[in-house]
Parts: sequence; C-alpha cells; structure tokens
Amino acid sequence: MKTITLAAALFAAGTLAASAQQLAPSPTLDAIKARGHLECGVHLGLPGFSFANDKGEWTGLDVDYCRALAAAVLGDATKVKYTPTSVQQRWPILQSGQVDVLSRNSTITFSRNATLGLNFQGINFYEGQTFIVRKKANVKSAEELDGASVCVAAGSTEEKNAADWFRERNLKVTITNFQKNDDAITAYDSGRCDAYTAGVGALAGQRAKLKVPDDHVILTKPISNDPQGPVTRYGDERWQLIVRWVLNGTIAAEMLGVTSKNVDEMKASSKNTEVRRLLGAEGGFGAMMGLPDDWMYKAIKQVGNYGESYERTVGMGSPLKLERGQNQLWTKGGLLFTPPFQ
Amino acid sequence: MSAANTLPTSWRERLFGTPTVTVVTLLLAALLAWIAVPIIRWALIDATWSGQTRNDCTGSGACWVFIKARFGQFMYGFYPVDERWRPNLAGILFALSGAAIILAPKRLKLSLGLAALVILPPLGIWLLAGGFGLRAIETREWGGLMLTVFLSIYASLIAIPLGILLALGRQSELKVIKLISVLFIEFWRGVPIIAVIFLASLLLPLIMPSGIGVDRLARAVIGLGFCIAAYMAEAVRGGLQALPKGQREAGTALGLSYWKATWFIILPQALRISLPAITNEFIALVKNTTLVLVVSILDLLGIAQASLADPNWVGMNMEAYVFSGALYWLICFALSRWSKSLETKRGR
Repeated sequence: MKTITLAAALFAAGTLAASAQQLAPSPTLDAIKARGHLECGVHLGLPGFSFANDKGEWTGLDVDYCRALAAAVLGDATKVKYTPTSVQQRWPILQSGQVDVLSRNSTITFSRNATLGLNFQGINFYEGQTFIVRKKANVKSAEELDGASVCVAAGSTEEKNAADWFRERNLKVTITNFQKNDDAITAYDSGRCDAYTAGVGALAGQRAKLKVPDDHVILTKPISNDPQGPVTRYGDERWQLIVRWVLNGTIAAEMLGVTSKNVDEMKASSKNTEVRRLLGAEGGFGAMMGLPDDWMYKAIKQVGNYGESYERTVGMGSPLKLERGQNQLWTKGGLLFTPPFQ
Repeated sequence: MSAANTLPTSWRERLFGTPTVTVVTLLLAALLAWIAVPIIRWALIDATWSGQTRNDCTGSGACWVFIKARFGQFMYGFYPVDERWRPNLAGILFALSGAAIILAPKRLKLSLGLAALVILPPLGIWLLAGGFGLRAIETREWGGLMLTVFLSIYASLIAIPLGILLALGRQSELKVIKLISVLFIEFWRGVPIIAVIFLASLLLPLIMPSGIGVDRLARAVIGLGFCIAAYMAEAVRGGLQALPKGQREAGTALGLSYWKATWFIILPQALRISLPAITNEFIALVKNTTLVLVVSILDLLGIAQASLADPNWVGMNMEAYVFSGALYWLICFALSRWSKSLETKRGR
C-alpha cells in the first residue's frame, strides 16, 4: 500500500516536473495575454498579401496568418493590432520588440537567419520569379519561351535572373530593357514583348492592371526560389513553437479537410485521431504549449484553413485570381507541407 | 515703374500689338492648349465621377470613384469613423483662434496669441488622442491629411520658438550659449531629415530601457521639429543681422533689460524681415512631413500609396498621386498667399 502511494507520488512529481519543463517561460505570450492583443508587423501595402480595404481593415494572406495566430492565442481573430512596416524598418521593428511576430512577405535566406537574430518559422507563400504570357501563345512553362522576347526593368534582379536562367539552358530569348517596371509592363501589354517577368505575387497584382487581365496567364513553375513566412526574434522558444505550429495547423487543416464551415462537425464526430488532436478533442496539444486545447479550432473557425485563406486573398475568390501553383499541398503537386500533429 | 509705363495698357495691345507679339502669343497659346487639353480631358471630361467600384470606371479618364471611396482614409487615415468629429473640432478651434488673433484689436493680439499658444496645443492633443473622458485613440490609427496637418503644426510649435532662441543664442555674447546654439544648429542642419526620422524611430527603441516607450509619432514630430528649428534659426538670424546695431543700443540706453529690448524692439523688426524666409521653411516643413513614410507613418502621401495596394482598386496610381499632390499644393499655396498678405500689412 505504502509503496503504491509512494510510486503514485513519484509519478505525480515526475509528470509535474515534465510539464514544468515543457512549459518554459514565454515572456512574449505573457505580454500578449496581459495587453490583450497581438502585435503583428505587416507590409505597408502589397496587393493580396497585406493592405487596408475601403473600411480601413487590414486584409490579405499575411494578415490572415496574424488573425489565425490571435485566434489561437487569445481566442479572438480580431484582437490584432497591425504595424505596417517599410522595407528598411521591418527587421529593427521586430528586433526591438515593437511587434511579436512579423508576417510580411520577407524571403527566408540563410544569411538573414544567421545574422539578423531572427528565426523564420515556416513558409506561408512560395514566392519565385516567373513569367506572364498571353493565353493564346499557349506556353505552359518557361522552357517553352525559346525565341520569345521578354520585357524587364533594366538593372533589376529579375533581369539578371532571367538572363542567367535562359543562358544556362541555351534558350534564345530576347531581353528588352525598360527604365522602370511600369514601362516594361505597359510595353508587354501593348504587345511589344511576348512575356514579362517578376515574382508570382507581384505578377498577380500587375495582371489586374492589364487591359484585359483574363487574356494573360502566369506560369506556375518559377525560375527562382524565394520562400516567405512568419518571422520571430531569437529566444523565447515557446513563442516560436506557437508561431510555427499555428502556421502548420492551418496547413494541416487543409490536408485533413477541416474548413471553417465543417470545423464544429469535425470536432464533434471525426474518427481521425489527427483531426481530433488538431481541434483539441483529444491529446491536450494546446496545453503542451500553454494554450487552450481548442487553439486551432478557434483559428480555423474564425479564419479558415490555409486553402480558404489563399482563395479569399490571392486566389480565385480575389481580384488577383492566382492559381495555387507551388502553394498547393504536397499531396496535390505543390510544395506546401506540414509535419504531423502527433 | 519705368518698365510699366512703356507697356501698353489694354490686354489686346499687349498680346496682339505687333506681328511678332501676336506670333509669340499664338505659339504660347498653342503650347498651353497642347499641354492642358489632355490633362483637362483626363481629369474632368473623360473622368468617372459616380459609382461604387473599379468596374464603374469604364472611361479613359480619371476614376474619381476611387478617391470618393477612400476619401475618409485620405482625410483621417484609420481614425475610427464615429470619432472623426474630434479632429474636425480641433481643426476648427485652431482655425477660429487663428482668425480671432488676426481680427482682434492690436492691444489684445499679444495676450490672445499667448493664451492660444498655451491652451490650444494640449487641447488639440487631448481631442485627437483621447483619454480623460474621451475614447483613447492610438497614434497608429491617425493618418491622412489630418496627420499631415498635425505634424506640420506641432513640429512648427517646436521649431519656431526653438529657432528664435537659437538665433538669439548664436548672436549671444555668452560663449557657452553661443557654442551650444552653433553646435545644435550645425548638427541638425547637417543631418538629412530622413536620417533623423529613421534614427528616432528605429534606434531609440533599441537603446532605450525596455518599458519606456516614446510614441512613434511623437518621435517623428520631435525629430522634424529639431531639424526645422535649425533652419528657422538661420532664417531668423538673417533678420537679426539686418537690424542696425543702434536699435539694441538705443534700447539699452533707455534702460531696457536684454529680454525687454529683444521682446519689444529687436524681435518684432527681425521677424518682419525674416517672414518670407520663415514661410519658406514652413512650406518646406509641410512637404517634409511626407518623409515619415519611411517609418510607416501614413500621412496623406503614405495613405495614398498604401491604398494603391488594394487589389480592388489596382492601377489607380495617377488618381491617388494627383489628388494628394493637389492637396499639398493647395495647402502650400494658401500658406504663401497668407504670408504675402502679412508682409504687405506689416510693410505699411
């Protein structure tokens, strides 16, 4: 009898120690809870990713991530305050602690990760340089551009990238230089070139400015690799964990077929253990990070899964009408991936 | 005057007096029409004025629907809609007291001006920022024209008094005061305003102890104010140096102290002389407020630029820039006319 109580006591002590160890202090999370809102750094204005609409509400794919994070942490997707950031101030504003997380269309690179004191917590958009061509040209990939002419802004990274890429492949492509991006896209629109090149996200915005946007198609396979995702400061591992897994959670939800519409039903009756863990019906996953167990339920209910966000902000439900391309789930031919909720 | 006498008096003679003059007039008229007609067509004749969305803009001209839809944001930024009476009231109060000071009888002018200077600035901040009974509104929600006006007024509230003090300090016989003034002026004059705003916004939070935060907008106002103060100081110094030495000596001979002589004799004359230069600095200040865009404070130009990112209004660059440019021009033109009328009044 005595040994059993002792064993039970030891076991209890053990679990306590374990949970204490798991719940490392998170000053960022404590600060967010104390002030009652999330501080999110976003882009000053990038069509589809982060912009203020006519009513002054911030919307976009990057903004949706902030809303999902707020829903997971505070239970309310509206409890976010946005700090629009310019290119020059995006890193300092995160480093100096003025925002909790930066969701601002910034490319993940080795040197940034190694030297800025910042960690990139996953990828919410696979950006990459690609081409826009006329639908009637019937071009499906950049390799088929042999003999074509491409409009670019002189001296831009895009010009160099494209020239290198075609040279490596021995493709004869005429690169026509223009002073500015706007001149290049106008020239493309007026038929002086067969293609225009820029990043996927930028092209989506520029296509909407063309005379007849529907006549043009953006090639889905890019020639460069510029993945983007939410960024946090070094330190406060538990907060980094939360930032990472909320992003993973929105992708997992799409994988598992959980949407903002069926989330209640899924939580109540799904037989799939991963769905049940994700939505907090079992496993106590939220508690392991110091969050309520329904963290992802709240995020998906209020913001939706990754696919819903994508379609609403940059995809077919938006004026940009961008195809999923690389930002499709890995099971459907894209690159979007999340480790399992186990 | 002699040149005016030789000019013919009637417009017809002036424009079409001789064959050469006629040709030049016609050429200039053609040039004007060549430039102006497409602009007028774009801005007025072919423009779309009514509608709700981008799809309503089918004409080849400007799409003013965009400005209409975004008008609130262009004026107030993200300031909550039901609280917008507060910046309006603040603006009216500032304008009314300005008018009162101009229209007041001469003996009341000074006391009225000083009273306004003491009461209005804190009152304005209270109305805009809230607290003490009003709903608190963070400065990050401020924006648009309201923010441009706020920045200009409050930065000049720092710049004008500080500039006058610095100009006096630079002329001072006390070596330490002179040195401090010269150092201050040369430092702030030598640093680009954009660098000052950038440092104030980014470096301060990094070096300040955590927990002590100075508001982002306040930092920008102070930075702008200091820079303009240095320029103002030089403008005022011009006025001070233009005064004959005898003015101060006469004051001293009458037994006036330094401050009394400065206040009653030196400054009124020096400021009158430097008024055009001061106006110039003030107009420069209004336009320099656009530099706060680098730290993502959305003034009139910033909000115009930010609104271009809305995919529902993509491609409205011309409309946004023309509208905000016209507003800046109106403000600066009004300022220069006002200063001109002051000059003529004072110059009697």
